[in-house]
Parts: sequence; C-alpha cells; structure tokens
Amino acid sequence: MKTPDNVISVRNLTKQFGSFTAVDHISFDVRHGEIFGFLGANGAGKTTAMRMLCGLSIPTSGDGQVAGCDILTQAEDIKRRIGYMSQKFSLYGLLTVEENLRLFSTIYGMSDRQIREASARLFTDLSMENMRRTLVKDIPVGWKQKLAFAIATIHSPEVVFLDEPTGGVDPVTRRKFWELIYKAASGGMTIFVTTHYLDEAEYCNRISIMVDGRISALDTPDALKKKYHATTMDEVFRIVAKEATREE
Amino acid sequence: MQLRILRALLRKEVRLMMRNPLIPKIILVMPLMVMLVIPLVANLDVKQVNVCVVDNDHTQLSHRIIADIEAAQCLKIAMVCDTYTEAMKSIEEGKADVLLTIPPDYVRNLTAGNAQVSIEANGVNATKGMLGSRYVAQSVIGTLSQWQIENGLLQPQPDMSVIYRFNPTLNFRNYMIPALMVLLLIIICGFLPALNLVSEKETGTIEAMNVTPVSRLTFVLSKLIPFWIVGLMVVTVGMLVGWLVYGLIPSGSIMAIYLATILFSLVMSGLGVTVANSSSTMLQSVFVMFAFIIIFQLMNGLFTPIRSMPEWAQCITYVIPPRYYIEIMRSVYLKGTPLAELWQQYTILFGFAVTLSVIAALTYKKQA
Repeated sequence: MKTPDNVISVRNLTKQFGSFTAVDHISFDVRHGEIFGFLGANGAGKTTAMRMLCGLSIPTSGDGQVAGCDILTQAEDIKRRIGYMSQKFSLYGLLTVEENLRLFSTIYGMSDRQIREASARLFTDLSMENMRRTLVKDIPVGWKQKLAFAIATIHSPEVVFLDEPTGGVDPVTRRKFWELIYKAASGGMTIFVTTHYLDEAEYCNRISIMVDGRISALDTPDALKKKYHATTMDEVFRIVAKEATREE
Repeated sequence: MQLRILRALLRKEVRLMMRNPLIPKIILVMPLMVMLVIPLVANLDVKQVNVCVVDNDHTQLSHRIIADIEAAQCLKIAMVCDTYTEAMKSIEEGKADVLLTIPPDYVRNLTAGNAQVSIEANGVNATKGMLGSRYVAQSVIGTLSQWQIENGLLQPQPDMSVIYRFNPTLNFRNYMIPALMVLLLIIICGFLPALNLVSEKETGTIEAMNVTPVSRLTFVLSKLIPFWIVGLMVVTVGMLVGWLVYGLIPSGSIMAIYLATILFSLVMSGLGVTVANSSSTMLQSVFVMFAFIIIFQLMNGLFTPIRSMPEWAQCITYVIPPRYYIEIMRSVYLKGTPLAELWQQYTILFGFAVTLSVIAALTYKKQA
C-alpha cells in the first residue's frame, strides 16, 4: 500500500456536504514523477477530491498522505511541499508579473538570491522577459495560464496539482502548455492534473475516471482502451461516464 | 521568516490599494467632503428665533418689551398683531416659532403685583421651541426688572454672567469636528477591510493564498495593518480641515489622538475582517457591517449624549468601542486632557483591538 515510491496515497477518502456525498470512499496511489490524469464529468467530484489533497478542504472521513504528510493532521506541511493551480485564474491582476512572482516565492520561504535565479530562469523559459512589468490583468489568457503554472511550481514542489489548467485556450496554446508539464515531469516533479480534454488524457502516464464521486476506472491509457475495447480515450470516457446518475 | 512574509504581504496590500481605481479617492475625498460640508449642515445651534407678539396693552412698557426682544441676539420680531388667532396662524404658517401674549391692562396689574405674560412655543422642533421660549422669557424678565428698578419697585440685583469653558462660544461645530472624524473612521476602517477580504474571495485569489504555507495570523495582520495608515491619513486630513477651515486646533497632544486612532482603526478593521470571514459575497458583508455601523453611530454618544440615554441603554454603550474613541477625541481636542488621565479609555480600546484581531485571525479558515 504505502511505498516510498508513492507521492500520494489515499484510502477511503470521503467528503460530504450535508446529505450530499461529493467524494465517496476513493482510494488510489500516485507514483513519484508520474503524470496522473484525473478525469470525470462536471460535478463528479474531481475538484473536491483535489482540494482535500491540497489541504484546502477537510475530509469527512478516510485518510491519506501527500508528499509524506498526513492530510488530516499535517495540512500546513503539505502546503509547503506542493503547488496548486486552481481552475479559476487566481493571481493578483493589479500586481505586475514580477510582483506576483516575488510575493509567492517569498511566502514559500525562498531567499532573495533563490528568487532572483528562479525568476530569471522563468522569464527566459517562458520568453516573458518583456512582460516583467506588465500588470497581470493586461496579459493574454494563454500567457496567464503559463504564468500561473510557473508560479505554482516556482518553489520546485514535489507534486503540483493542476485543476483544468487548459480551460478555454486554443489547441496550439494547450499543446505548448503540455510541453511545460512534460518538462516539469522530466525534472522529477509529480503532476496531478484534471482535464476535460480527452486528447490530453493520452499524454498522462495513468488516468483515473471519476463517476458520481467514485473512481470507476484507473490505469494507463492503453490498458483502459484494451479493457473497454475502445480505440480512443474519448470512447473509454463515454463508456465509463455513461453509468453516471448524478446531474451536474 | 513570518516577518519577511508579512512584509511581502503588506507590500502587496499597499500596492493593490494604490492601484485600485476607487480606494485612494475614498480615503482622501470622503474625509474632505464630510469635514467641509457636515459641520455647516448638521448644526444644532439655535441662531434665529422668530417671535410673534400679541400686544393687547399698547403701553410704553409693552413697546419696550418688544424693542428689547428685537434687540436680543438670537431673537427677531416676525410680526406684532392684535388678535391671538392671527398670531396662531403665523405659527401654523411657519412664520413664527414663539408667541408672546401681553394681556390688556398689563402695566396696571403689574404695579398691583399680579400680572402675567404668556409665552407659547412651537414644539415641532423641540430644541428650537425650548431654547426660543427661554430666550424670550429671559428677555422679558430683563426688561421688567430694568423697569421695576427705574420705578423704584425693586433694588438693583447683582449681575450674573456665565462663562462656557472649553467651548467658549458654545459653537456646536467644535463639538462636531472631532466626532466627525470618528464617524469617518467607523465607515472607512470598517467597510474597506471587509470589502477587501471578500473581494479576494470573489476573485479567487484567497485560494491561492490558502494553498500556501502562510500562517493565518500573518495573513490577517496584513489585512489589518494597512488600515492603521488609512486611519491616520483620515484623521490627519480631518485635523487639517478643522484647522484651516474652522480654525479649531486640538488643545491636547496630537500623539494622543494618533495613538487612539491606531487602536480604534484596529478595532474597526478587526470587526470588518471578522465579518468578511463569514460572508461569501460583498453584499452579505456589507449588510452585516451596516447593522454594526448603524448601532455604532447611534449609540456612541455622537449625536445624543450617553448620559441622557435610559439606564439600560447606557449599559449597552460600554460594549460600543467608538464610545471610548469619541470620549478621547473630545477630551483631547477640546479640553486638552493629557493621555495619563484617559488611561481607562485607552486600555479599553486596546482590549477591544486585541480581542477583535484575535477573533479575526481565529475565524479566518484556510481549510473548509
């Protein structure tokens, strides 16, 4: 069950809001350095599950570890070791790119030198040098998402959680975004990503499909296709998600 | 470590505040407008009372009574008429506030020792009616005793004179100016922090903060501390206007005023953040803050003296923080009371400030 190789390990994790069970006894492991896709229809409970892993939401029952810390008792320690990029763009629009960067890296306890080096690297990697002093609210959507990803990973976390990171951007920008994800993963960072784009699911090492708060399928894309006699992930998703009874 | 984070967060708060299209204007323009307009408008001084006289006597004395009223500082003879009905009509039409009736054969009866004039006042404006009737009575008494002395009916009496301490001209403005600064702080330092925090909830940036290891206390302090500065700015603008426009300079130490201001802005912003913690939309937080602010405004002794409230209401004012701030402001501003004599008020304000900040930090949840 719990091996040093697992960065995330969850058993029977449950979240109830009143009588509604958003996440229903889910158990899974995420290995070190893998890209783990978290799929599911709207309202299946993906975001709620992810928020529990990030220490933003207290589980109703169940337990688990993220980056070696207990999600029930060490939520604040988890936060030091992870990065999180929410579905909704959440950098400060009235701060410049550089000011946002400095703010978040200072909060993660980076020294001035580390911040300088990290931001220099980041600006060249993303070729955003000319936007350093631009207010974040004025930069284009595609760039915003890249920047949000860069800031979520500025402190080189063990795991980064991405909640629908490519919502509302064109295929070319999405493709470029995934290049960033691959680059981070090749550096040893574990990626935990939710998405609605089934072509993106193919990029993941393993994927899980959530239906009505439960995990209905979990394996590599190829194994899933074989299991459901499908040729694309799109078909797999349709077969699995058909069981859903929950409305959005 | 947390100190470095706090500095970074404060820098962020100040930048966001300065770059906000509205907030810098609110902080500067609102105190200016309030300080320039309200002292001229919200005025309880009774300056001109219109008197209507029904003179049934038509003697030298009755003419003298009327002339003395006309000469009095705050009184004006609106009309002299012959019948009571006519006089009542002038009150109904709002031309007169006080009605003085001099009965027939007044002088003859006065010499005999039993004569009465009647004074009636329009009680719709209670303050004006009360003060106006007293002014008229004083004027009449003055004329009569003068007349009695001249006719040898009375020995001259020693003169009485009243000196009003701390506000020698009994100018209502002097009483209002320090109080208006309190009113401004209640609104600015109460609403802005609440709106600021809820707007972070609405834009989602608070989640980006909650997923970082920043401590709750550090984060809440970064929301409270900027309002010390805002509070000090508001009071400074207020004092400058008080001095340049109304010529009112605090008789006590400015440091005492600033200290009380820092404590009080912490009280108000602590309350604002606490309310924001339990609201998910701006509207919600505004309504809840409104409830507090109305009670704070009406029960703090700003508009009505606390001593004239019923006993039970006076007990409630002990838990209304602006009460202490107003006491400090008025004492320091008008009487020049030294800080040492107001230690009780300062201690209580300090207690409120600490309690509310702690509650604000405790009710702020990083995890739902």
